[in-house]
Amino acid sequence: MSARLRNPGEPLDLDRVRAIRVNKSAAERRAATIGTRRTVKKQWQAAWLLRALTVIDLTTLSGDDTPGNVRRLCAKARHPLRPDLEDALGVTSLHPTVAAVCVYHAMVPTAVAALEGSGIPVAAVSTGFPAGLSPFQQRVEEIGASVQAGAREIDVVITRAHVLTGQWEKLYDEVRAFRAACGEAHLKVILATGELATLTNVARASWVAMQAGADFIKTSTGKESVNATLPVSLAMVRQIREYKARTGFSVGYKPAGGIRTAKQALEFLMLMNEELGREWLEPTLFRFGASSLLTDLERQLEMFVTGRYAAAHHHPMP
Amino acid sequence: MATVVELFQTMEYGPAPEADAPARAWLAAHGGAFGHFIGGTWTKVGKTFETFDPSTGKSLARVTQGTAKDVEAAVAAARKAYPAWSRLAPHARARHLYALARMVQKHSRLFAVLETLDNGKPIRETRDVDVPLVARHFYHHAGWAQLADAEFAGYGPVGVVGQIIPWNFPLLMLSWKVAPALAAGNTVVLKPAEFTSLTALLFAEFAHQAGLPAGVLNIITGDGETGAALVNHPKVDKIAFTGSTEVGKIIRKATAGSGKKLSLELGGKSPFIVFEDADLDGVVEGVVDAIWFNQGQVCCAGSRLLVQEGIAETLYAKLRARMEKLRLGPPLDKAVDMGAIVAPVQLERIRSLVEQGRAEGAQVWQPSWPVPKTGSYYPPTLCTDVFPSSTIAQVEIFGPVLVSMTFRTPEEAVALANNTPFGLAASVWSENINLALDIAPKIKAGVVWVNASNLFDAASGFGGYRESGFGREGGREGMWEYVTRRQTADGRRQTARAGSAVRRPPSAVSQAPAGASAIDRTSKLFIGGKQARPDGGYTRAVVSPKGRLLGEVGDGNRKDIRNAVEAAHAAAKGWASSTGHLRAQILYYIAENLDARRDEFAARIAAMTSSTAAAGRREVDAAVRRLFTYAAWADKWDGAVHGVPLRGVALAMHEPIGVVGVAAPADAPLLGFISVVAPLIATGNTVVAIPSEPHPLAATDLYQVFETSDLPAGVVNIVTGERDALATVLAGHEDVDAVWYCGSAEGVKAVEVASAANMKRTWCTSDEIDWLDAAHGEGRGFLREAVQVKNIWIPYGE
Repeated sequence: MSARLRNPGEPLDLDRVRAIRVNKSAAERRAATIGTRRTVKKQWQAAWLLRALTVIDLTTLSGDDTPGNVRRLCAKARHPLRPDLEDALGVTSLHPTVAAVCVYHAMVPTAVAALEGSGIPVAAVSTGFPAGLSPFQQRVEEIGASVQAGAREIDVVITRAHVLTGQWEKLYDEVRAFRAACGEAHLKVILATGELATLTNVARASWVAMQAGADFIKTSTGKESVNATLPVSLAMVRQIREYKARTGFSVGYKPAGGIRTAKQALEFLMLMNEELGREWLEPTLFRFGASSLLTDLERQLEMFVTGRYAAAHHHPMP
Repeated sequence: MATVVELFQTMEYGPAPEADAPARAWLAAHGGAFGHFIGGTWTKVGKTFETFDPSTGKSLARVTQGTAKDVEAAVAAARKAYPAWSRLAPHARARHLYALARMVQKHSRLFAVLETLDNGKPIRETRDVDVPLVARHFYHHAGWAQLADAEFAGYGPVGVVGQIIPWNFPLLMLSWKVAPALAAGNTVVLKPAEFTSLTALLFAEFAHQAGLPAGVLNIITGDGETGAALVNHPKVDKIAFTGSTEVGKIIRKATAGSGKKLSLELGGKSPFIVFEDADLDGVVEGVVDAIWFNQGQVCCAGSRLLVQEGIAETLYAKLRARMEKLRLGPPLDKAVDMGAIVAPVQLERIRSLVEQGRAEGAQVWQPSWPVPKTGSYYPPTLCTDVFPSSTIAQVEIFGPVLVSMTFRTPEEAVALANNTPFGLAASVWSENINLALDIAPKIKAGVVWVNASNLFDAASGFGGYRESGFGREGGREGMWEYVTRRQTADGRRQTARAGSAVRRPPSAVSQAPAGASAIDRTSKLFIGGKQARPDGGYTRAVVSPKGRLLGEVGDGNRKDIRNAVEAAHAAAKGWASSTGHLRAQILYYIAENLDARRDEFAARIAAMTSSTAAAGRREVDAAVRRLFTYAAWADKWDGAVHGVPLRGVALAMHEPIGVVGVAAPADAPLLGFISVVAPLIATGNTVVAIPSEPHPLAATDLYQVFETSDLPAGVVNIVTGERDALATVLAGHEDVDAVWYCGSAEGVKAVEVASAANMKRTWCTSDEIDWLDAAHGEGRGFLREAVQVKNIWIPYGE
């Protein structure tokens, strides 16, 4: 990540938390027109697709992960785009890679080794991912272990109960402790928005996480039944905007889960550009938590190059 | 050419033009010049004028300036097609409407592109808003065609309808006009706005191809003169107009006394009210939808931002940030938010109004990005430091200009919101449902959106209060504008008019009043619950048909009307907010007290009209029954919940119109009076009534009945005197909301002309109505006239 000052967090402002209200219908109406008010074509589209590719946290979070498939994923992370396509697009000089590789703790050493020299950081999901209900001390220690193993980014889950019961101080303390355990590693706070019931809860939890020192706020584990959606994203990024306005610190955003197509990815990028601005189109402040998205982006880029619809099996699988 | 590497850094959007070749091919296929579409065929191209692409200023095509002769031909074609079309089985008409809906969908992109070319609005809007709503309107009204006989039993089509539509939503306004007209069995002559004729012509051509019979829909192009010829054509039975209040007033006067049915959808200066607990980020997008949709050229645009003082600066900062992000440019670009203003003349008007605002002290804020040099573009604009006294706070700018004012309390928000001659729409933003639903009914507007803006649907009526016009478009309430009572075979029973009341001196009459031995009873006026002497100090003698002096009544004048209107206003708020149950109780009580004095009233009627005592009793009994009818209705004249396509409800509320002036029928002095006053007060209006001019005593005798029946002071006010003179004062009074007039044809015309002063609703008849016949003298038709429908949209979800 860049030399931008990290968000140090600040004292919890409960009045502000409780004053947050999100009108769901209004958010949905806005979300519905993000993709109809903006579009990109031709080389502009290619640039945006490439942008999407470079902000992916290429992810595998399965019970059956092995060193073998993690190394395959890391190989893809280094070279997400076929060399002939890089060439045809004229972007070889950019050396495009994905933003990070995201794995469980057990796979961190494998990934770190596989990515050595690439500059691509390894992110570890942590704190009893995905439910986050293991003993608190154990969750904090898990962070330390992953950092020790070489993870430079830690994706933590919160105790959803704190949100659902309005115990904002407990949520704040929890995230604060996670942040402390991260040390130099960057903290991404997964809110599991699909389990928070309302957009107002999502927005309040976002605010608390930022005040507690989150570097990123992230929607989902990918394991909830509802993952990243545009209305949820609006609820979160508008809090990021407010936090920037009030504190001067830029917090990143990571939608995760369910983003599989290039078209979806562009809608998220446009949402970021419209609601937050150009700064939030960089991997320092924006990530996709995704895996199959990459192949669709490659296909669309190939189509830009050849003018023909592309086949997934022509692209090296992650 | 920018490389991918460069664009990867800049992350610009780049151009994304929609192809316009098919639309231009259609224009070329017509040689770039169009005649009218009359009787299923194109007429020869006549004297033409150009229609322009406002984004470039380049000519698109030439269209024909309609002459009086052209209008004659179009009306004749519609007239010729009418018998077969109106007699078509409902299901057959439904099939036609359905075919039109399908036709619009099949050619949706062609319509969208042509509309954008001609109007300058972004393709996103024509593609995603206008055209889908057009198709929806025809689908919805295919349903009304199917149900017309069952749901509008006793009613049928009006005849040939003349329709004049504006340039801001050319095709959508066509659908709002044409769909209900055709569904009800009318035939149509429609004149599109001269800036934007093309999609109407395309529609007519395709409608014909889709099997719509020749002459059912005729399109005639031209300017205001063509429109005037249509409005004034004697064989047009109804005029429906959407446009400026100024032209609406001209049309109201032009059609006065003609018997033409009229619906007008006029201007607005709609409030957008933001309370401090609102979701301000949601509000910002609501404002975008309200005033930067269609470049603000929307009659119901939320153009007056009213924001609670404590959050005003926060909201302004958010708005300015959002305005920086809006993209303005070629309207065929799929990634712009705003396109071009329809014509240079409109652009000039916007510019000069904003400059006037600046001169009057407004802070004018516009985004930093440049506006294209060529084409009619105007940037989104926010004006603060605006007050109700500012010109730009009162005048409809019809452009992307938002003016903002602050308020302290909900009461002040309502007062500011209603501080306008208009009453089309409003937005109310609050996360507190108690507050939002308290405010919505208090706003004088035909449509109120809670936490939303500019939501439209065919199932929900759209139309204004006050000088924003009358009549509704969409939904069941909209269908009523295109039907009329079917004539009964036996006609209506004539009731003899007899007797007269003349101004004293009493030497004009020869005999002493009946019952001269009793204590002199002088009927005064009844104003604000008190009996008041007439301002002029004159009385009128009431004489029987045989010339016998029956009594005297006050000779009311314009000042008495003024006082009565003030009294009616004083009572209006409380009466309108009283429960239907309470109003029912009071009407029952009036009936009870009237019944107790049955013989006295019967004798009075008999004396005034020289009818038999039995006939008098029949009238009293009928009056008692009528009071019961409206007491029964008082808690049953429910609104509706419309099935609009969103997660939420659209509540169609029946709201009283306000203060209503009434000229009661001359005959049936008691029953006629009750028949017009009772439905009005049952629905929550307050009334200034002029009783039967020749037979006023039945009404003046009611004072005591009212006084003993708990009727609140000012709900019914009675001014006796010369009917037409007083009715004209009422019709011209700018604080009277509606007038009902039963009288002469000349009186009808005078009232309708005078009503244009504030565009009040009128219900006028010179027909002899048999008030004894409940089928004619009471019921839903009266109740419909007594209320206006307010649609409150409430999206919900947490």
